[in-house]
Amino acid sequence: MEKVRNYTLKIWRQPNAQSKGEFKTYEVKNISTGSSFLEMLDILNEEISEAGEDPVHFDHDCREGICGMCSLFINGRPHGPEEEITVCQLHMRTFPNNTTITIEPWRAKAFPVIKDLIVDRSAFDRIIQSGGFVSVNTGSVPDGNAIPIPKQNADLAMDAAACIGCGACVAACKNASAMLFVSAKVSQLALLPQGQVERKKRALAMVDQMDKEGFGSCTNTGACEAECPKGIDLSNIARMNREYFTASLTS
Amino acid sequence: MGWFIKIFGSSLGKKLLMSLTGLFLISFLTVHLIGNLSVFSQDGGLAFNAYAKFMSTNPLISTVSYLLYASIILHVIVAIVLTSANKSARPVKYKQLNAKDNSSWESRSMALLGILVLAFILLHLKDFWWQYKFGGSYQFSEDANGNRDIYALVIQQFSTTFGLASYLIGLLALFFHLKHGFQSAFQTLGINHNKYTPAIKNIGLAYSIIVPLCFASMPVYVYFFK
Ligand code: HEM
Ligand code: SF4
Ligand code: FES
Repeated sequence: MEKVRNYTLKIWRQPNAQSKGEFKTYEVKNISTGSSFLEMLDILNEEISEAGEDPVHFDHDCREGICGMCSLFINGRPHGPEEEITVCQLHMRTFPNNTTITIEPWRAKAFPVIKDLIVDRSAFDRIIQSGGFVSVNTGSVPDGNAIPIPKQNADLAMDAAACIGCGACVAACKNASAMLFVSAKVSQLALLPQGQVERKKRALAMVDQMDKEGFGSCTNTGACEAECPKGIDLSNIARMNREYFTASLTS
Repeated sequence: MGWFIKIFGSSLGKKLLMSLTGLFLISFLTVHLIGNLSVFSQDGGLAFNAYAKFMSTNPLISTVSYLLYASIILHVIVAIVLTSANKSARPVKYKQLNAKDNSSWESRSMALLGILVLAFILLHLKDFWWQYKFGGSYQFSEDANGNRDIYALVIQQFSTTFGLASYLIGLLALFFHLKHGFQSAFQTLGINHNKYTPAIKNIGLAYSIIVPLCFASMPVYVYFFK
């Protein structure tokens, strides 16, 4: 395998939310197969900056797959072609030498483009603010095992809590639906004793806020589950539906 | 009443309606198929005509049929509302999209498939139901038992290539609609568990193949063997 590779990049450039935006084509050369996708973009941006032009803006923070900031739609798929990883965990060895790579922002009415590849995901924050929390005063750290939780529920809650709020589910869905994200947040609390007090209120409020933000509804295509970097699965959406329907009928 | 409106105003409530009406239509298809199979009884259509008479005169069936019409209409209306809301949730499309790597074609094409199924249902109603109930252009004769001979109409319709082809296309669309829709309806209801979801998926796949295939066998039989 060659140690360095060359690529043609087709990147979405859009100066601000109001402008129309278009693809610009760039060439990058001698990219190490060991570099990450974001490092490749850093190299490109060095060159663009040195030429005195505006570098490509993209979101990133931790660069180790835990913060959920990186958000690129690469060659027609969120977070690129690999399974269960974020863009920052994607390596250039995945892309054959001398190929073209297309990079777009997440596209959804609820995620408007701020600049280039950066979108505004504060809709997710507002959904969390509407009910994705426990408002009882938790006091000091309780003794171990003071609150009994069945092992199975603890595992399911942990799986749901793995969601990093990246929005790849919305980006992947043909309806730009946020059901996988919202269902993970509803589930992680519905499964634990601490979440019981506000359980019904939470399900109703979060679904309500999700609809208000302009996300689409769910056709159960499963695209979200296939693209989620954290392996959040569709059973969470079924759980959210149960939570919502029971809360509607009994509260 | 406020809570009732609120549920069905929400995205999840609309999906609940899709799922319930869809499942009702599935149960109807099953009953309809079993009755129709009497077209194969080798008695010149006596059994089939008796079945048609029973379906149109039995009070229980008549009541259920109104529920059926309502379900189809509701399923279609909610489908339109949901599909247009879903479309407007992504005003700017992707320039490069690789959806086949993360989802099935039929799951992404439910609206198109639904339109084909609707066209099929309307054609079907015009050909048989309208003629039988409201007396269209077709003149019914009576069979040996004094029942109106709708069997003869069935033979006439399915003897034409258009009759056969339009049916097969409609049933192909129904196959794809059900291949995704059957299991999807359970997921929408919140019925998803490792214990039984694999079984639901298998039953759904079997149903989506067997039922359209049995329906298709009738026009094929008439076209080639009658
Ligand atoms: C015999 C006829 C039909 C049957 C048995 C049937 C059954 C179903 C079922 C079981 C679902 C899945 C519901 C869910 O995901 O919860 C579904 C979804 C759907 N149906 Fe039908 N259907 C029929 C006719 C139609 C017609 C005539 C149309 C419309 C023009 C239609 C449009 C749709 C659409 C758009 C969906 C997807 C909705 C969504 O999830 O976004 N269907 N159908
Ligand atoms: S559910 Fe998965 S894809 Fe969606 S926001 Fe959470 S981690 Fe990202
Ligand atoms: S930059 Fe934090 S997950 Fe990719």
